[in-house]
Amino acid sequence: MDTSRLKRRGPCEWELPASGRMRVPGVIFASKELVQAMDDKVAEQVANVASLPGIVDASYAMPDAHWGYGFPIGGVAAFDADEGGVVSAGGVGFDISCGVRTLHTGLKAADVEGVKRQLADVLFARIPAGVGSTGALRLSGPEMDAMLRGGARWAVKEGYGSEADLLRIEEHGCVASADPKAVSEMAKKRQRDEMGTLGSGNHYLEVQVVDQVFDAVVAQAYGLAEGDVVVSIHCGSRGLGHQIGTDFLREMVVAAGQAGIVLPDRELACAPLKSALGQRYLGAMRAAINCALANRQILTHLAREAFATVLPGTRLPLLYDVSHNTCKEEIHTSADGRKRRLFVHRKGATRAFGPGHAELPAEYRQAGQPVLIGGSMGTASWILAGAAGTGERAFGSACHGAGRAMSRSEALRRWHGSNVVDELAAKGIMIRSPSFRGVAEEAPLAYKDVGEVVDAADHAGLASKVARLRPLVCVKG
Amino acid sequence: MVTQAAWQTFPHEADVGVRGTGETLAEAFAGAATAMTAAICDPGTVAAREAVPIECSAPETELLLLDWLNALVFEMATRRMLFARFEIDIAPEDGGLRLRATAWGEAVDVARHQPAAEVKGASFCELKAGQQPDGRWLAQCVVDV
Repeated sequence: MDTSRLKRRGPCEWELPASGRMRVPGVIFASKELVQAMDDKVAEQVANVASLPGIVDASYAMPDAHWGYGFPIGGVAAFDADEGGVVSAGGVGFDISCGVRTLHTGLKAADVEGVKRQLADVLFARIPAGVGSTGALRLSGPEMDAMLRGGARWAVKEGYGSEADLLRIEEHGCVASADPKAVSEMAKKRQRDEMGTLGSGNHYLEVQVVDQVFDAVVAQAYGLAEGDVVVSIHCGSRGLGHQIGTDFLREMVVAAGQAGIVLPDRELACAPLKSALGQRYLGAMRAAINCALANRQILTHLAREAFATVLPGTRLPLLYDVSHNTCKEEIHTSADGRKRRLFVHRKGATRAFGPGHAELPAEYRQAGQPVLIGGSMGTASWILAGAAGTGERAFGSACHGAGRAMSRSEALRRWHGSNVVDELAAKGIMIRSPSFRGVAEEAPLAYKDVGEVVDAADHAGLASKVARLRPLVCVKG
Repeated sequence: MVTQAAWQTFPHEADVGVRGTGETLAEAFAGAATAMTAAICDPGTVAAREAVPIECSAPETELLLLDWLNALVFEMATRRMLFARFEIDIAPEDGGLRLRATAWGEAVDVARHQPAAEVKGASFCELKAGQQPDGRWLAQCVVDV
């Protein structure tokens, strides 16, 4: 990115001053190296988001920001309905509520070393993964609607997990005001066979070991110590969310002109929050969030069954569950000191509430929200904690992952999947995937260094480092 | 008509661009569809065993391309199929355009097709559909994978 247009506010904070149609400035949280490595499209997209009606304070980009659709991936923006604010289907994206959850196992690395291969095989056999895979569950129309209203709470009632899980999921596992009637029949049909499936691409289930602890106090609050084995699941709302994104992007592009909204980029498709279309999208999008939460809850159940098969007696309590691609109604204090109800879009960004936030479970309230950052297979994932004061800076948000360093076609040109699997096996990482091509496209070096991203988030005061996780087993979709 | 379109994928930082070109808009649409299959797997591995009819309409060519690719995404997802050959007819209707097509393909065979990633949806990013200055037709956009 050409940094000549940016004003440096701090070591990891850059301002893109408001100009032209921008209603607010842009703010990019990144080190000099990361911001220079970003595509110029990121600045263009940050500026475009800043031009949308009702935007509050700034259009933000997280340290892992990269070129997305409309919003950059790693983009955060909040809108005030009382000031003409909008909700954007492009600002949420296709994979609504794609997210990460991490489970404790109560095991140490030495406990799983001897059974790692068996664990990989059993997890791969039990977790439906990859293109064309289907889940065991088939929902009737009323059951589908109940799932869309109830989220993980519905899944627990159906026998997938326990009440204790719900306390450690954003919104306690169920987003209010979801509207199944706003979800198209096509979206519901796409979901028919996909409950409890991992998906493909960058989605995964990993068995990981806590490699290093950076904040012993917070790690203890999260129940983590070096050598602990955890399980992380990365997936989203599957076909239902994808179809809702498709349906509303198109409808909002057509309707934006009728509402007098000038879109600098059609992917910024949006509707006023106080419009029938805006409200209908919110209802459908919230249903998709609940679908993602239910899906991750079912996958958690399958992972628990797999562990019980290989290591009887193992319990996998939930550490936390975060969502990435969402628009959430939250109370924040804006830069002018006003406490306001805002609609916060996080596109490839994680909610990261700081210590003391009332939304957090009691046991984490002093430490701040666990922020779960996915890496690539073969490299590290991270657990951070929402930093104090974050709510006043980027509406309580942080990065979500490493971000790709190269296109899928370039990765495919450079690596062969079987070689990647062999090389990672030599390092003690068991990869299981239905597709060698998929493994090649997701090769570790196809992603940026997640450590740099995490350092920038820490230095920018978005979230602080707690623990680094190293993969032992990876089931790729 | 049976189309023999040219196709390619093009890089996007997080996802994949799909592009078709041809002597007609329909050929370009067929090329873009083949490129979308290429974003998932090698289209040469997909046999044209089963025909699926697809119809959509839109007020203009770019929205029609989006609808066409998204209709294919829906059929791939719900039928668990991949498509390799396309017969497309595009004609004016009610002030807009109507597309009637047959997509030929087969059920996903993971071992043989080695599908890397499902396509979640076709986006407005880099969306273009129309005749180029050299007279050939172009159809392209980025698809989310």
